[in-house]
Amino acid sequence: MRQSLIRYLPLLLLAIAWEVVARLELVSTQALPPLSEVISAGISMVKDGELVSNGASSLYRAGAGLALAILVGSTLGIAMAWWKPVNVLLAPIVEIFYPLPKSALIPVTVIWLGFGDGSKILLIFLGCMLPVTIGAFNGARSSEQVLVWSARSMGASRLRMLWDVVVPSAMPELLNGVRTALALSFILLVSSELIVAQKGFGYLIGFLGANGNYDGMYAVVLVVAFLGFAADRIYLQITKRTLAWRD
Amino acid sequence: MARLTAATPAGAPPNGTPERAARILYVLLWGFARIFSVLALAVAWELLARSGTFTPFQLPALSAVLDRIWSDAVSGDLWINTALTLYRALVAFAICAVGGVIIGMAMSRNIIAHWFFDPIVSVGFPMPKIAFLPVVILWLGVYDVSKITIIVIDAIFPVIAATVIAIQGVERELIWSARNMGATNRELLYQVILPAASPQIMTGLQVALPLSLIVAVVAEMLMGGYGLGGAMMTASRFANSTSVFAGILEIAVVGYILVKAMSLIRRRLLIWHQEAHAPSTA
Repeated sequence: MRQSLIRYLPLLLLAIAWEVVARLELVSTQALPPLSEVISAGISMVKDGELVSNGASSLYRAGAGLALAILVGSTLGIAMAWWKPVNVLLAPIVEIFYPLPKSALIPVTVIWLGFGDGSKILLIFLGCMLPVTIGAFNGARSSEQVLVWSARSMGASRLRMLWDVVVPSAMPELLNGVRTALALSFILLVSSELIVAQKGFGYLIGFLGANGNYDGMYAVVLVVAFLGFAADRIYLQITKRTLAWRD
Repeated sequence: MARLTAATPAGAPPNGTPERAARILYVLLWGFARIFSVLALAVAWELLARSGTFTPFQLPALSAVLDRIWSDAVSGDLWINTALTLYRALVAFAICAVGGVIIGMAMSRNIIAHWFFDPIVSVGFPMPKIAFLPVVILWLGVYDVSKITIIVIDAIFPVIAATVIAIQGVERELIWSARNMGATNRELLYQVILPAASPQIMTGLQVALPLSLIVAVVAEMLMGGYGLGGAMMTASRFANSTSVFAGILEIAVVGYILVKAMSLIRRRLLIWHQEAHAPSTA
């Protein structure tokens, strides 16, 4: 307890500095409302349900897009490592699209699917798929030949080998790719909602900012930032459990 | 990272076979296979757009999009937009590279710097910092300064984290030997620790570069004005989907060139490191 207090003291100091600077009006309270008022604005937004309903639709979009990306991405990556023809066909496409700044796809997904959930889910799916694919590919490709050979000599069928040897050994890198995708999904979610949306966290931030409700805007920004941080920490815990068999 | 096909395939012709022609044929075939799927994708796009399954608004033909890029290039808009986007992304990236390495170095050498920055980095790294974009606009307006600031906020964390981990990972024996041979602290830092840590620092930079381009495009989209992202957003407001697709292709090319250039620079700078001679596996 005491140790973590010392560890996170700098954050506490920053928060106090924020409050003091805002209270003394060293900068305009428009630009930096006091932290205490931001928090109370956040609490009242939770109470009247605004934050919760917008948050639910944001999390639905991120979750759906990410789930699709993990499903399709890991399948593609393992298939590319396992079947040569798939690799020959897909590797150049992956290599070309991987460096594409995914935010460039925002206007196109809007052209295709409009302003609602569909365009965000598609964007997150497309943006998060490739890190997962590459993680799965690298992981599956580096599965130890000895393991593959022994499985084969023990009479495992090709599919069985895929499932029992290649997939587990692809796991660490695959899960690492998913972590990148998780962070990316938040970035894409917030930016697409900031630019075009009718609900969601990003929309709420833009809407409150445009109406001069900066207390509320700061509150939503902090909530989104915290959610991204929490998602990453929870994911790390899950990964540790999943990979516990390795040591 | 994304180098999937650079290594020769497992079925490469055995060494020492006399048939040179066979080898040349093989290289040609392999090269063809590499670009085949990209070509097929382009042809499929053109055919699909012409077949009338989609309206030209949903999917303009590739030829129309290329035509648009050409006319943008002739009128000069393409170059202005590309230069502005690159300027913002690269200035911010340079700040991230220098600042991130300095902060990372300070964190691994100074206990107070470590105490102060460690929680900030560990909490700030996984945050979606793009959410702070409206706050940055509120403070700094909608011009270059605010765009560069938000890019720095987003892209500096991978550099700091990579630097800290890299310096931690420098072999103790190297440091001990240098000390033993009388290296001063400064020499130790510049001649031993930084070079030994450079491969991982480079990896951090290779994460930060595409990230700065992503954020640059988003910031331009939200704030409007010139730049590849801003041009795409303007086009999309006027339902000009040919220009939107042209924007994607332009940004894709810029991203591809930057990422490739970065891995070339890496190979060049780390030519002395053993990774340059090891077969590439990543």
